[in-house]
Amino acid sequence: MKQIWAILSGAPDADRVVPPTGFTVWLTVFSAAAMAFLAVFALALSLAAERLSVRWGQELARTSTVRISAPSAQEALQTAAALTVLETTPGVARARALSDAEQEALLAPWFGADLPLDALPIPRLIEVVEAGAGYDAEGLRARLAAEAPGAILDDHTRWRRPLIEAANRLRTIGWVSLLLIMLSMAAMITLAAQSALAANAGVIRTLRLVGARDSYIARAFVHRFTMRAALGAGLGTVLAMGAVAALPTADVAGGFLTGLGFWGASWLLPLLIPPLAGGVGFAATRAAALRALRKMP
Amino acid sequence: MIELHKAGYSYGQDAILRDVSLQLAPGSFHFLTGPSGAGKSTLLKLCYGDLLANTGTVKLLGQDARDLSRDALAKVRQRIGVVHQDCQFLDHLSITQNVALPLAVSGRDVEAEAENLAQLLAWVGLSPRAHALPPELSGGERQRAALARAIIMGPDVILADEPTGNVDWEMSQRLLSLLVELNKMGKTVLIATHDLGLIRAAKAQVSARVLRLAGGSVQLAGADL
Ligand SMILES: Nc1ncnc2c1ncn2[C@@H]1O[C@H](COP(=O)(O)OP(=O)(O)OP(=O)(O)O)[C@@H](O)[C@H]1O
Ligand SMILES: [Mg+2]
Repeated sequence: MKQIWAILSGAPDADRVVPPTGFTVWLTVFSAAAMAFLAVFALALSLAAERLSVRWGQELARTSTVRISAPSAQEALQTAAALTVLETTPGVARARALSDAEQEALLAPWFGADLPLDALPIPRLIEVVEAGAGYDAEGLRARLAAEAPGAILDDHTRWRRPLIEAANRLRTIGWVSLLLIMLSMAAMITLAAQSALAANAGVIRTLRLVGARDSYIARAFVHRFTMRAALGAGLGTVLAMGAVAALPTADVAGGFLTGLGFWGASWLLPLLIPPLAGGVGFAATRAAALRALRKMP
Repeated sequence: MIELHKAGYSYGQDAILRDVSLQLAPGSFHFLTGPSGAGKSTLLKLCYGDLLANTGTVKLLGQDARDLSRDALAKVRQRIGVVHQDCQFLDHLSITQNVALPLAVSGRDVEAEAENLAQLLAWVGLSPRAHALPPELSGGERQRAALARAIIMGPDVILADEPTGNVDWEMSQRLLSLLVELNKMGKTVLIATHDLGLIRAAKAQVSARVLRLAGGSVQLAGADL
């Protein structure tokens, strides 16, 4: 904790005893920026997939449709029979036959507004709202078949399940990518720190001769790489957040691509990436430095 | 303070030191002479834990050098001031920063010691060069800076490897009198040198023992020195 504070508050002393490394500084900053840029998108992907899976789960899980396809003479009768069945079915909150006007409105986008509904053999639709627990689609299907042979229960689950599954997978992939990005950032910083340590073997020897402990020497490198990782990640995060903010928002249908973004408080999440990168830089450099110093005679 | 008992050391096949026994008692003043390549620098390295003896024992400030952890060795080095033959500066730091380095690495407040630092640099005649980088200094200037760095921490022991190798007679007398002064304050001093003139000058000021390193072991030099 004390060390982290020393790093945040500057600790310029230890840092100055190691000569500046010039060009390689910018390689580290650049890689950290690139990693952070990718991390922001992985985060956005995870959040979008999560939102989709929750929304599809909620919206679709709660409703199903019963279609009555029967000769028009029987349609009203079977509709009434199906409604009676539904009313006495456990787990059904509401069931309501759509009116002609509503059915016309549903079909209008596909067939045009002046649709002669009476003349077409269009099935009557009953909208079923589930009450959560206790809903048994198979049992309901059997009872409907007995009471209203023209009734077909369409409970959406057939196409809903794979979608939610896909969204969940996507979310997992997003989080795994985030983890991999952080790990490769740690690997990259470890390599950079190792080469900096090797390049400064002479400096390290002199520091030891005047009584420097390993922790002091390590601090010089740790401070440096923590700052570079945090700075680079800060730049990358800002750029990526700008790119996400600049994505076009087509609210129609709320498609997946346009849903790739941050809303409200979730804008704060990517801001965690720079400090996280700093933490990764700190841990990776410290481990690399102490390991390298143990090996140096 | 520092004690070698039958210590031996070899870099490869050939033993540079064999059976070296030596005691630097607190407050003593020693010279170490011997031909070039005899192993004077090597012996000094054993005395500040840069090398570990292959045989025998070396005790630094009462602790066996072999048992010291790296942190403990760092602590020991904070109490032993060393003038290295090759000076060992950080070339990207100014002379002032180099001289202050032992303070910085041991966590002391360098700002608070600024006055001491300036006085010390004035004493070794480096005030005008205080902000120069080590490669910009002459050999003698570097040695004076190295001596300043060796004593900045107020160490108990001062080990100097050819501290006057590149300075003129007047300056070497000045550096010597500084070391004699420190010895009178109770510091233990060991100087490795070829400079017999320096040894004679010292004997007039302080009771110094002269050790001669030859053939891998040390003997007390005769009274002719
Ligand atoms: N790192 C090393 N590896 C191998 N051999 C070395 C090493 N350092 C010194 N030697 C050899 O060990 C011997 C003693 O070297 P050392 O530097 O101790 O001599 P010295 O008495 O200090 O000489 P000088 O008076 O010239 O400084 C020399 O023959 C040298 O070549
Ligand atoms: Mg030597």
